[in-house]
Amino acid sequence: MRIDGKGLIDRTKPVRFRFDGKDYAGYKGDTLASALLANDVRLVGRSFKYHRPRGVLTAGSEEPNALVEVVGPTNQTPNVRATMQEVFEGLVAQSQNRLGSLRFDLLAVNDYLAPFLSAGFYYKTFMWPRVFWEGLYEPLIRRAAGLGSLSGRHDEGTYEKAFAFCDVLVIGSGPSGLMAALTAGRAGADVILCEESHAFGGRLLSDGGVIGGVPAGEWLAQILAELEALPNVRLMLRTTVTGAYDHGTYGALERVGLHKPARPNLPRECFWRIVAKHAVLAAGALERPVAFPDNDRPGIMLASAVRTYLNRYGVSPGKRVTLFANTDQARAVARELMAAGVTVAAIIDPRPDASAVEDCPVHLGAEVVGSWGRLGLAGIQVRKGGDVLQIETDCLAMSGGWNPTLHLTCHMNGRPRWSEELAAFVPMEGAVPGLVAVGAANGSMSTYGALTTGHAAAQKIVAALGRKVQIEVPQAEDAPYAVRALWAVEGKGRAWLDFANDVTTKDVKLAAQEGFRSVEHMKRYTTQGMAPDQGKNSNVAALAVLADATGRGIAETGTTTFRPPYTPVSIAAMGAGGRAEGFAPQRFLTSDQASRDRHAPMIEAGLWYRPSYFPKPGETTWREACDREVAMVREAVGVADVSTLGKIDIQGKDAGRFLDFVYTNTFSTLPVGRVRYGLMLREDGHVLDDGTSARLGEDHYLMTTTTAAAGLVMRHLDFVHQAFCADWQVRFISVTESWAQFAVAGPKARALVQSFLEEPVDLPFMGVAPVRVGGVEGRLFRISFSGEEGYELAVPTRYGEALFRDLVARAETMGGGPYGMEALNVLRIEKGFITHAEIHGRVTAHDIGMEKMVSAKKDCIGKAAATRPGLWGPEREQLVGLKAGAPISAGAHLFVPGTEIHRETDQGYVTSVCWSPTLGAWLGLGFLKDGRARHGEKVRLVDHLRGLDVICEVCSPVFHDPEGEKLRA
Amino acid sequence: MPELIAKSALEGRSLTLGGVTLAEVEVGPITSVALFPGGAKLAAKGLKTLGLAMPAPNTFVEKKGMRIVWTGREQAFLIGVAPPAIEGVAVTDQTDGWTVLSLAGAASVEVLARLVPVDLRLPVCPVGTALRTQVNHMNAVILRTGDHAFEILVFRSMARTAWHELETTVSMVAARAGLKI
Amino acid sequence: MRLTCPLCGERDRREFYYYGAEDYLRRPAEGAPLAEWDNYLHLRDNPAGVTKDLWYHEAGCAQWLVVTRNTVTHEISGVELVAERKA
Repeated sequence: MRIDGKGLIDRTKPVRFRFDGKDYAGYKGDTLASALLANDVRLVGRSFKYHRPRGVLTAGSEEPNALVEVVGPTNQTPNVRATMQEVFEGLVAQSQNRLGSLRFDLLAVNDYLAPFLSAGFYYKTFMWPRVFWEGLYEPLIRRAAGLGSLSGRHDEGTYEKAFAFCDVLVIGSGPSGLMAALTAGRAGADVILCEESHAFGGRLLSDGGVIGGVPAGEWLAQILAELEALPNVRLMLRTTVTGAYDHGTYGALERVGLHKPARPNLPRECFWRIVAKHAVLAAGALERPVAFPDNDRPGIMLASAVRTYLNRYGVSPGKRVTLFANTDQARAVARELMAAGVTVAAIIDPRPDASAVEDCPVHLGAEVVGSWGRLGLAGIQVRKGGDVLQIETDCLAMSGGWNPTLHLTCHMNGRPRWSEELAAFVPMEGAVPGLVAVGAANGSMSTYGALTTGHAAAQKIVAALGRKVQIEVPQAEDAPYAVRALWAVEGKGRAWLDFANDVTTKDVKLAAQEGFRSVEHMKRYTTQGMAPDQGKNSNVAALAVLADATGRGIAETGTTTFRPPYTPVSIAAMGAGGRAEGFAPQRFLTSDQASRDRHAPMIEAGLWYRPSYFPKPGETTWREACDREVAMVREAVGVADVSTLGKIDIQGKDAGRFLDFVYTNTFSTLPVGRVRYGLMLREDGHVLDDGTSARLGEDHYLMTTTTAAAGLVMRHLDFVHQAFCADWQVRFISVTESWAQFAVAGPKARALVQSFLEEPVDLPFMGVAPVRVGGVEGRLFRISFSGEEGYELAVPTRYGEALFRDLVARAETMGGGPYGMEALNVLRIEKGFITHAEIHGRVTAHDIGMEKMVSAKKDCIGKAAATRPGLWGPEREQLVGLKAGAPISAGAHLFVPGTEIHRETDQGYVTSVCWSPTLGAWLGLGFLKDGRARHGEKVRLVDHLRGLDVICEVCSPVFHDPEGEKLRA
Repeated sequence: MPELIAKSALEGRSLTLGGVTLAEVEVGPITSVALFPGGAKLAAKGLKTLGLAMPAPNTFVEKKGMRIVWTGREQAFLIGVAPPAIEGVAVTDQTDGWTVLSLAGAASVEVLARLVPVDLRLPVCPVGTALRTQVNHMNAVILRTGDHAFEILVFRSMARTAWHELETTVSMVAARAGLKI
Repeated sequence: MRLTCPLCGERDRREFYYYGAEDYLRRPAEGAPLAEWDNYLHLRDNPAGVTKDLWYHEAGCAQWLVVTRNTVTHEISGVELVAERKA
């Protein structure tokens, strides 16, 4: 119920929202949890395994129970913490993990089966019979256990990623974080202050108090105003620092648009990578529940959460509240409730020596041993001495002490240290280099302790940054934190440790009893700590119960570690900008529009988009277009954009020497004006790439790489140059992007090219010359990848589109036209030219029949390794041609006809295939054991995937014009 | 044979939104100048004819409409002027290899902080800084030309992707600016 | 993870390509026995502690780097240009 006069919500801004189909009203500043509690909705979810009714337990991101689905116009987000989701006009949320309605969940039957569903039940129950697992057990378990559901639709939401840099990252904006940020900020350091919640202040918003003689709220407002005014301080609200990574890198998730109705271009979330020289962990502490029988009814909450709902949201979660706590600090909530007019039925304090002076009944040395109420708390049983009292209550505030929020200090393998005094783990100093924990996160539980430790840590950082600042720490509450460990209360019935995964004290004891005595084994056996809250509410209590069951101390038992992320991060946020067009850059040719104008389907070749084929009216399949384009090149002339090939400009007196070192063959002897085919090996003797290199001048070469390996070759050349010959007179740079280059091939290629040149050039096969085309300086190469007389004409990229359009238009007047990747592929297979389908990383120069290209006269990269036994000889699979009368496939394997078809009899495989309109047959390139000696043999080609089984003839890989007469014409 | 018509990758596209202006700009010739070992003195002599010198790493120098931009170890791009005869260096024309985008306006740093994994705070990245880094997945050269102004060189074939990335980010930053907290 | 390129300064790991141990820098002379090549190409230590390996500033200045780092603490104690390394 809402309490008048309390809370920081904006009562002038009412907000309407919907939960499970019912409309409710809240205020701006409410979370879904506070607004539901204000509307007296206590039941908000069902538990993971037993489908027990559950209500709000906490008021923060550690919430294990109140997980809901938020339904948006394009999204459905499961497992949203109702305690973090702000209400906004039109918010639609629904409960999850139920069959039927929340009140009548049919799967609640699981609760009655609880005796059979204890820890390890999967392992014990579903082992036999094995065949039942996939068909029966797994679907059943998946249906019954689990969390929210997805919409099943694509997430079209906008997500963002960003980078930030600072001197000091302050994580948390409670008193310690504010003091640290203020100190560093005033000193002039670049500060980023991240606050997970939707308001700065941390527990000051919930606990109030007095700081420096003024109400905490007033102090907070002053500090915030100063921080906001400092240009070197960046305040980041709704931002959870989720992980600490190497060298001062932190991950942080900002909820940008989740508290507003969706609007165009507004990111839902932003994943930040923050690089900080120093970091201050001021994340506070998390209160611990107490494991007493039936402690999971809606209405049983953490005492600090009750206090937050009262003071920050102006809500009392109950009309008749009870408190069960083992610290003096927790008493404050009872007093504040009474001051607000809420009845406090009783305070139950297990400490016999605590104060009994309150304005309500106080039971010292007492424990809560049970509760009742079907869909929400109606009363509790309290054991005091030998008696059990029945107390009617609709809200029990419980506290078992506090755990410092030290998770980030464990992200780089740091192990926390057990403090007997605090009955809690505290951070190990230096566990994350550059990160220091302060305030409650480091076990300083008072407000004054938070302020002083925040200030002291920031002063050290300021000094390390070479800055100075004078700042006084204000006076504040500094009461000692007296806690007596209270983990579990013995009694009849199940006592929950891990609410999110339905793990009880009994499960942990059973694990110990069955031999899972290590904390890591217990965790995996019981699934404790493996739910979305990652054990934030239960880890310490669970290992305390384990320690008790195994007769060891907590320090000796140790703890499981915390790994990133601190709270769940949506994959969409982490991968922001990487979906659809953002996945990889798209590279477009200058001929792109011209090809699309001709309705060419574009296909991806690496990052490039290249035309597949150019359909003509009446052609119904790609094959018709491809066959026509092949015939066009063989009989007239074709034009293709080959600008995607890598081009590297290499200059210097040692340029030739450098090429001799990276290629197997010799380039230093290549005459100026000539082009040579080169083969490049990796140092391990396998083929890296091939291509042609032209000598443009005495000290000037132009290397061509394949499209696929352009980046790879550049990296390789950089390595060879920098590692082995940095002092040579050679420099190189990519000019791939600088030139638009078009292949012109076919019997009429010469005529077409000459018609474009301002001055005719008589170029021999494998020649290169500077030319002028349309008023522009260009280059002409006589090289061929088709087997026909071929040229490549290159102009500066800005003229590419114009030249392509002109070339194609004029080719068409000569019975030619453009050809695409499909025809290009057929042409090169017919001629036996290899691509990366063949040089796929596992073949040697010997395998492709080019061992003679490895010069004996000089060293080169890969030469030594290429001679190793096993990388050459008849047992190797060697490049062959295959000819068949029926369709064949790349990826098929080759066998000797008549032998059994299995792995051991495998003779080789197929890498490229095509229908050859020129030869009227199916052609393939592939690798066959001792293949060069087997030309003329028949092999059986088998492709189980495509159901092919074809007899092929083994032949030379060069099917078309084996003597190369056409090339040299 | 008619004259070939030149076309830039984005045909001079521009966009103004949320306090930033994004535009393809024409910067004139771009020439890579890479020192050969021992070539520093000769190169300095050649560059001196323009009143320029090889820039220090991560910087560029602007003079009379010419720029010399550090782009790597003993390598620079000479921009906005036809290269004079320089000895001791490999000279390679890069004019057509790059598309240059200018991004200017109050939110320009916020926009780049979403695409570029580098510290852009002014004291660390002052005007005159030249960065070899990435724009999302694309290699780029980024010049800080003003407190709130940058020029970004990307491979010409990737210009459309660069535009798409920047445009998307500009619109997200603009949408954020419209968000009252 | 962050690496300090001697030329470009401190950069995010995403700008770098990882290759392998710095052993690749010690290429045997032409005609060296195959065992030496085998060692060069394939045999590597796997130290828990300080190691030296090769990284390429692929999205930056295109320089190859020798990085001295600790595989246990993740501390990076040195980054050197391959092209200007001291033998």
